[in-house]
Amino acid sequence: MDQFIQQLINGLSWGAIYALIALGYTMVYGVLRLINFAHGDVYMVGAMMAYYIAHWLGFAVAPSAAGFVIVMVLSMTACALLGALIELVAYRRLRSQPRSSMLITAIGVSMLLEFGGQRVFGPDPKFFPQLIESHSLFRAGSVVMTNIDALVIVVSLALMIGLRWIVMKTRVGMALRAVSFSYDAAALMGIDVNRVLTLTFMLGSALAAAAGTMVGLRNPKIDPLMGLMPGVKAFVAAVLGGIGNFPGAVVGGLLMGLTETFVSAYLSSTYRDAVAFVILIGVLLVKPTGLFGRVTVEKV
Amino acid sequence: MRRQHTIVTALALALLAGAWSACSPQGDEIVVGEYGSLTGGTATFGTSTHEGVLLALKKINDAGGVLGKQVRVVTEDDQSKPEEAVTAVLKLVKQNQVVAVVGEVASSRSLAAAPVCQSSKIPMLSSASTNPKVTQVGDFIFRACFIDPFQGSTMAKFAVNTLKAHKFAILTDNKNDYSVGLTQFFRETVKKLGGEIVVEESYAEGDIEFKAQLTSIKAAQPDAIYVPGYYTECALIARQAHELGLTATLLGGDGWDSPKTTEIGGKAVEGVYFTNHYSAEEQRPEVQQFLKEYREAYKGKTPDAMAVLGYDAMSMMADALRRAGSTDGTQIRDALAATKDFPGVSGRITIDKDRNAQKAIVVLKIENGAFHFVESIAP
Amino acid sequence: MAGLLHLLRRNALVAVIVLAQWPLSMALSRWLNPYYLQIIVYIGINVILAVSLNLINGITGQFSLGHAGFMALGAYVSAAFTLSLGASVAGTTELLVALLIGGFGAAVAGVLVGVPSLRLRGDYLAIVTLGFGEIIRVLILNTNAVGGARGLTGIAPLAGFGSVYGCAVVCVVMLWRLVHSTKGSAFAAIREDEIAAAAMGVDTTRYKVIAFTIGAFWAGVAGGLFAHFIGYIHTNSFTFLKSIEIVVMVVLGGAGSISGAILAAAALTVLPELLRFGAEYRMIIYSLLLIVMMLTRPTGLLGNRELTWRSWKPGTAH
Repeated sequence: MDQFIQQLINGLSWGAIYALIALGYTMVYGVLRLINFAHGDVYMVGAMMAYYIAHWLGFAVAPSAAGFVIVMVLSMTACALLGALIELVAYRRLRSQPRSSMLITAIGVSMLLEFGGQRVFGPDPKFFPQLIESHSLFRAGSVVMTNIDALVIVVSLALMIGLRWIVMKTRVGMALRAVSFSYDAAALMGIDVNRVLTLTFMLGSALAAAAGTMVGLRNPKIDPLMGLMPGVKAFVAAVLGGIGNFPGAVVGGLLMGLTETFVSAYLSSTYRDAVAFVILIGVLLVKPTGLFGRVTVEKV
Repeated sequence: MRRQHTIVTALALALLAGAWSACSPQGDEIVVGEYGSLTGGTATFGTSTHEGVLLALKKINDAGGVLGKQVRVVTEDDQSKPEEAVTAVLKLVKQNQVVAVVGEVASSRSLAAAPVCQSSKIPMLSSASTNPKVTQVGDFIFRACFIDPFQGSTMAKFAVNTLKAHKFAILTDNKNDYSVGLTQFFRETVKKLGGEIVVEESYAEGDIEFKAQLTSIKAAQPDAIYVPGYYTECALIARQAHELGLTATLLGGDGWDSPKTTEIGGKAVEGVYFTNHYSAEEQRPEVQQFLKEYREAYKGKTPDAMAVLGYDAMSMMADALRRAGSTDGTQIRDALAATKDFPGVSGRITIDKDRNAQKAIVVLKIENGAFHFVESIAP
Repeated sequence: MAGLLHLLRRNALVAVIVLAQWPLSMALSRWLNPYYLQIIVYIGINVILAVSLNLINGITGQFSLGHAGFMALGAYVSAAFTLSLGASVAGTTELLVALLIGGFGAAVAGVLVGVPSLRLRGDYLAIVTLGFGEIIRVLILNTNAVGGARGLTGIAPLAGFGSVYGCAVVCVVMLWRLVHSTKGSAFAAIREDEIAAAAMGVDTTRYKVIAFTIGAFWAGVAGGLFAHFIGYIHTNSFTFLKSIEIVVMVVLGGAGSISGAILAAAALTVLPELLRFGAEYRMIIYSLLLIVMMLTRPTGLLGNRELTWRSWKPGTAH
């Protein structure tokens, strides 16, 4: 039983990271119908930014909660700008073109960030500064929960609630929903689609940067290729939840984290990556639009 | 329409331009090829090795080169892909017409490229490929490191006989032939010595989350955990084991040898034992000289195992060229095969009949953030 | 008999081209720098991969990200076959049989992926095919009989310029004829509007599965050629990054254009070699070029046109 609870904690805290990244995928997909392959690499840049900011501002040597918040907010801002830039340079001109062409520029941007990262940051892993000292929050029997695990879950939750507030309660959020519902209709209603798209990329990239910063804190080893696998897994999580759907991305991310953890724990860690995909395929065969996906009626 | 023509023509011209790029003739210098993963998944191994090779090269040329000529190294990137390694080595051998090849780290890429060197009769010296199959490709293929069976079984003997551990857990990098190889020989030797493997788990290169596997390992209550991977993951594994309250002793292989291990692992890697090529505490002049030169050349950086092996491979190659007295492939091969008691940084290297490096292995222990020498075991 | 004659006449040109590979390959291996020969052979393998994926992605419009998985299956199945024959294999017949077996192995997997594709659309299909490719890779990685993480060594190097380009010609001609036949327009109809196609009496199910099966078959053949060319295979060669690489070739060439796929396969194979002067920067230049190429020609090099002998003739797809 102890082992089960421990795995549950491991899986939830790991799944929260996936959920944050998956939200960015889902947001972009919702408005642009684009699998933004570069998203995982934005998450990497977020972690790198946090690393450099922490060192520049001196928080790397003096752990404090305030330092963590400042570093995370600055990294989120930097990545929001990066997201807006990527949209402007690589995607905006292609919006009226076949969707596949945007996909290829997304792949190009992804490769650019990875290979560029290997040159700029160096290919070797970096030790992410311990902005908050890790200690066990509670210990019951052999179950351990660290303060970092708790922090990751709490901060992710707060960010998700914040995002939901922006999307549901603000004017820009309403515009965002309108664009994701119907691109052309939104434009006709006088919504500045370009602005909404920029905002979407900024929000999604900021969430990825938050995920990157927290991963650095939780698993303090960052390198230029760290976005590759989480990127794919988070994308799978977004599809699992029904791509374009916000709560779906969160549930999908948590499910992905829990699945990976429990497969490693109770089946076999050798098949972990395969089982995650088997479950995904199984879900999609029963519900072809994911768990919470909108069933679109096909018009002739 | 016209734009299509322009683009197609431009592409065709680019193809031709590539085909015409000149071959490099051997003039007043000796050209040695190096191939490695400068980019891609294992870029850190390629760049570390390259740093070691360049350092050795500088030393060789400062001392007047070999055979009265300066040595030039042409380095090609293989993007961490086996099929690219083949292309890179073909380019080195056929276009740059190198006299010998140094590389690779990963056995999968050495295995892919070795047949090219073998059929062209150009000696290849792998710096760190530990899979026994690599040198079995042919009599032109050598290595500067020890092989999986030796390292895996040595750690098993040390753990059972010296540490008196009985119950073992193993955490393998399932995507990595090196890790899988060490696991196999560690497991066999432990069983032979009467030890018990209570649980085996695995992860994949690039992972950063190991808590699921470590929680399972914790439940099995082993005395020691063998983690034969690379420091890029191992330090995090140690960290997460520590966070979960795992107290079993961690054991590892030469993949742990990096300053990053203690930087990332912090107090979690205290008390780890791992097998390695050398110890920085050894007072042999080769070791101390190398450490000094490396720190001078690379802004105070401490070398990892890959840099040491890259340095040794390049130095061994220069030594062989010197003794061969010629740049003929077969003669260099014979000289390499005759390497005996070569004073490398990673020990006194003798090439055996299977073209593997025979040298002593050392066991190190991490204490107070430094690697301390525990014992040396001869092959 | 008359049928056989007719078949021979129809395929005379193909037969001549395929047969011409043999003396050509002899000449090339004698006169050409093996480094260039290697690149040329890689181009041939990538042409087969790109053209076969083009049938699924470009022509039928079913977005697949699992082509490397089919390639891996073909490579491992065919290599396991020749390895089981023992060390003495050295013939074209053995290679042909191995390629066929590898191709069929991949084709069976193609059917398995094609069937769920009947229920899935667009990006959902893409992620399922990506998952399928990864599952294949993980399964191979955990199968000790084919080397697992150590890779499979000692595969007889039976393939070369002749066999690779022989297969490439057959593959291109077969797919060209299929797509430009009356029945073949069904594939493009599915891409343009699946519901309209179904309404017009196109058996969409059947054609989608056919596209996946044939595409997978040729990916398997390409994998078999790859294995028997470099003589050593490892799962690291077949990750989803390889699938993406093939998708890039298809889209860059112009989705739906067979000649475009060939052109892009050649260009993208040669490009990294041309950029070798850039050393550590070459992949950065490569990715920049990719973005610039796509921004300047969003519909790919050829759009959905075909490059023909006579002129720039619009293809069947509009």
